[in-house]
Amino acid sequence: MNILTLLIVVPVLTVTGILFTKDLKQARVMSAIGMTIQLILSAVLVYMYFAERNAGNMEPMLFKFDALWVPSLNIHYAIGVDGISVAMIALTGVVVFAGIFASWQMEFLSREFFISLIILATGVFGFFISLDLFTMFLFYEIAVIPMYLLIGIWGSGPKEYSAMKLTLMLMGGSALLMVGILGIYFNSAPAGSQLTFNVVEIAKHQIPIEMQRFLFPFTFIGFGILGALFPFHTWSPDGHASAPTAVSMLHAGVLMKLGGYGAFRVAMYLMPEAAHEQAWIFIILTTISVVYGAFGAIFQKDLKYINAYSSVSHCGLVLFAVLMMNTTAFTGAVIQMISHGLMTALFFALIGMIYGRTHTRMINEMGGLMKVIPFLGVVYVIAGLASLGLPGFSGFVAEMTIFFGAYEHVDTFHRVATILAVSSIVITAVYILRVVGTLLMGPITDKHFNHLEDANWYERLSTITLVVGITFIGMAPLWLSDMIKFSLTSLVTKLASGHIPGM
Amino acid sequence: MSLSDILTMRNELLLTFMAMILLIIDLNLNHTQKNRIIPIAIGFLLVITVIGFIPQPDQTLFGGMYHTNGLVQLMKNILNIGVLIILFQSVAWLKGPANATKISEYFFLLITTLIGMNFMISSGDFLMLYLGLELATIPIAALAAFTHFNTKSSEAGIKLLLSSALSSGILLYGISMIYGSCGSIYFDAISASFANVPLQVLAFIFFFTGMAFKISLVPFHLWTADVYEGAPINVTSYLSVISKGAAAFILIIVMFTVFKALAPVYKSMIYLVSVLTMTVGNLFAMRQKNMKRFLAFSSIAQAGFILLGILGTNQMGMSSVVYFVLVYIFSNLGAFGVVAAISARTGKESMDDYNGLYMTNPKLSLLMMLSMFSLAGIPPVAGFFGKMYLFMSAASGGYYWLVFIAVLNATISLYYYLLVVKAMFINKNDTPIATFQSDGYTKIGLVLCALGIFILGFWSQVYEFINGLTFGI
Repeated sequence: MNILTLLIVVPVLTVTGILFTKDLKQARVMSAIGMTIQLILSAVLVYMYFAERNAGNMEPMLFKFDALWVPSLNIHYAIGVDGISVAMIALTGVVVFAGIFASWQMEFLSREFFISLIILATGVFGFFISLDLFTMFLFYEIAVIPMYLLIGIWGSGPKEYSAMKLTLMLMGGSALLMVGILGIYFNSAPAGSQLTFNVVEIAKHQIPIEMQRFLFPFTFIGFGILGALFPFHTWSPDGHASAPTAVSMLHAGVLMKLGGYGAFRVAMYLMPEAAHEQAWIFIILTTISVVYGAFGAIFQKDLKYINAYSSVSHCGLVLFAVLMMNTTAFTGAVIQMISHGLMTALFFALIGMIYGRTHTRMINEMGGLMKVIPFLGVVYVIAGLASLGLPGFSGFVAEMTIFFGAYEHVDTFHRVATILAVSSIVITAVYILRVVGTLLMGPITDKHFNHLEDANWYERLSTITLVVGITFIGMAPLWLSDMIKFSLTSLVTKLASGHIPGM
Repeated sequence: MSLSDILTMRNELLLTFMAMILLIIDLNLNHTQKNRIIPIAIGFLLVITVIGFIPQPDQTLFGGMYHTNGLVQLMKNILNIGVLIILFQSVAWLKGPANATKISEYFFLLITTLIGMNFMISSGDFLMLYLGLELATIPIAALAAFTHFNTKSSEAGIKLLLSSALSSGILLYGISMIYGSCGSIYFDAISASFANVPLQVLAFIFFFTGMAFKISLVPFHLWTADVYEGAPINVTSYLSVISKGAAAFILIIVMFTVFKALAPVYKSMIYLVSVLTMTVGNLFAMRQKNMKRFLAFSSIAQAGFILLGILGTNQMGMSSVVYFVLVYIFSNLGAFGVVAAISARTGKESMDDYNGLYMTNPKLSLLMMLSMFSLAGIPPVAGFFGKMYLFMSAASGGYYWLVFIAVLNATISLYYYLLVVKAMFINKNDTPIATFQSDGYTKIGLVLCALGIFILGFWSQVYEFINGLTFGI
């Protein structure tokens, strides 16, 4: 069986397995087994990808499989990956794996929790391997809908409100997306020939420019909502703050990347002319996202809200980089997606673990935690430093590359936008250091904190997995940029020249 | 007329035979034995449903009044399956003490309306269409008033009767204008001479209005909520699924054949009615607390989506409508089945009573959730594919803004469908509905729905099969 199909089959089998389990212990072991296999599969996929490329395989998409699903509408189950999707799959594998261990003690309705979580992951994996817009959209929605139950049942705070807001806003996004995708389908081929949903096929054909002008905003904003594009980001802070730990991890870590990935893979790649014409609007919006998110984080007192706003800022940076449309910025965008995915997952995992001990997420109610839970404290500092872009961690590589790429544009508009966006680094430093300072350093504010226990083995496993990822990318970014370079080149060439026939 | 000609009408004849047999058997049962009619009726309909799938050559009877072909047969089969599921789901309610003496009446009336719908779908001229429509409508009014000691039920019966009489009158008026201007009531003859002249446009509008009453399109929907709430649940599900489906089937056939010359005119009408229907249905559904009223308004909104397929005016449009109705039957009956099962056991019908249902009745809650997702069009269940194909056919006509409005409406509908999910899964309740076991019939009815909701979407051959029979303008 195709290795990509296995990425769908394994989670589905895991869900089926969980159905037959009886309690928390069995359910979590079953999930852990399934997701470990999934992680191994992702690693194997990375290895196989490099092997193919080193062997000189220059196909744009590898490991392709294509089955006709609905013949009369030419809907296919078409899968295939390039370097970017492989990177995203690897990220998803790591975050899901860490997420399972972060929810090791999910007592309430545990089977249902793990089932929903893994269904969500299935949707994400399916999205990244799809080449067919129809299946891509299908998986996109499969990834979104379990969020409602996950937040609504296992969340905290105003969970029902947040769950409903998140679901409806994301579904509103998919309403835009639906128009975009159907519009692309009906303009996917010259008049008279077979219409197609296949991204690679559509890219060979130029969609009429007036249709592009109409469809591009639909598609870009549709994906942008999931990528927390200003002013459609409001679901994100509430949703993340209310969600249970593993869900915040997956959602901020992976699901929001669906937005960025879709924005360039579908919207910009298939409609390059319109992308060029309308980029300036979205550059303004993403610059606002970046700066506004960072400022928003400063004013928050709740750890999860801080991280949620910082996600808005960082994901805004992904879209910002994508809109710069050159290789350097694109490389930065992909690295930022991976880096932020790992980093924010780590943050949310830590916040969940700290909250599980102190029963509060308000930073002014905590202090001196480094003395009582040193392991979690140190990891928190690592995550923080990575987030503010300290060299040696992934955040630095990503942001540097993005801003270098953005500054390659010589006109005033792009430069001003870049300079504004760069300011977010400073603001990030402010809120990260402030949190680290009050939360971890200083005297222990509450005497109950003296009895806190440090991380258990499963918590260590969960966090260490993510820390390894962050430092690995920080130390050896070439490895990642090698993987995505080939795929980016074709993407950027198509974008740069508007259209290249026969690519 | 030879025997084989008569056998062309096998579906109608078998159903008539079944209705008669049920009445005769009923005569020979005393009051304590009336329950025995249930398995007989269900078994009978099961056999008829299976027979329906035996292929049959295309044929015309009575000089073109009655015709049958693959598509017509498929539509009849879809209705048969739907009615079969409804019969399974009504058993628990029928066995209640209030209905002990009139079980066979229920089956008789239900089967009679089904016969009417079959004739309606098979009709080749307006006389047969009208006959079928009336035969399908009047018994439903009796069914709506089935629990006659209940004021609301009687009210529902009267309201249904009056509003369908009015709509039939309007329909007839339209038909008479068509006859006056074309000199014929046969579909083939009319479609050849129909043109875009004022009188015929007016005739079409009257005809469409009459049909819009039956499908409960806005602004002809006002009877729906009261009737749906007052009628017994299984009758409500019949009204909202089978009645509506049959009317949609014949409407799209007539629109694509008889009135095809008017397509440029009626497209803008349908555009408007579709937007109104989806939006108004949604806005009202949001505020409902009674599950029956809630499903009634949601089914109004669903009817608005059906119009998207008609608007496509191509083969994809008709396939998507037939497919959507098929999927809608399973999803809506799933929802109604759960409501009926709970109501038959506890008498509770309010959404608040569903709070915490998952803790006590997980299987019912899961089916309800699946149905809600399917109605809202969430993958991977079948409703997603049904809606997606409808949107595709509208987009194929270039109606991107309409698609956008429709998907936004689908999102709004997701809000109130999620309210039900929220009640069952998230809300806490000190006195939830106690755990109970449904009887075998109900279980079969619910399992059939669940299977349909799951399988129909992924199994693309279903759509391909439908697409092989349909046609466009």
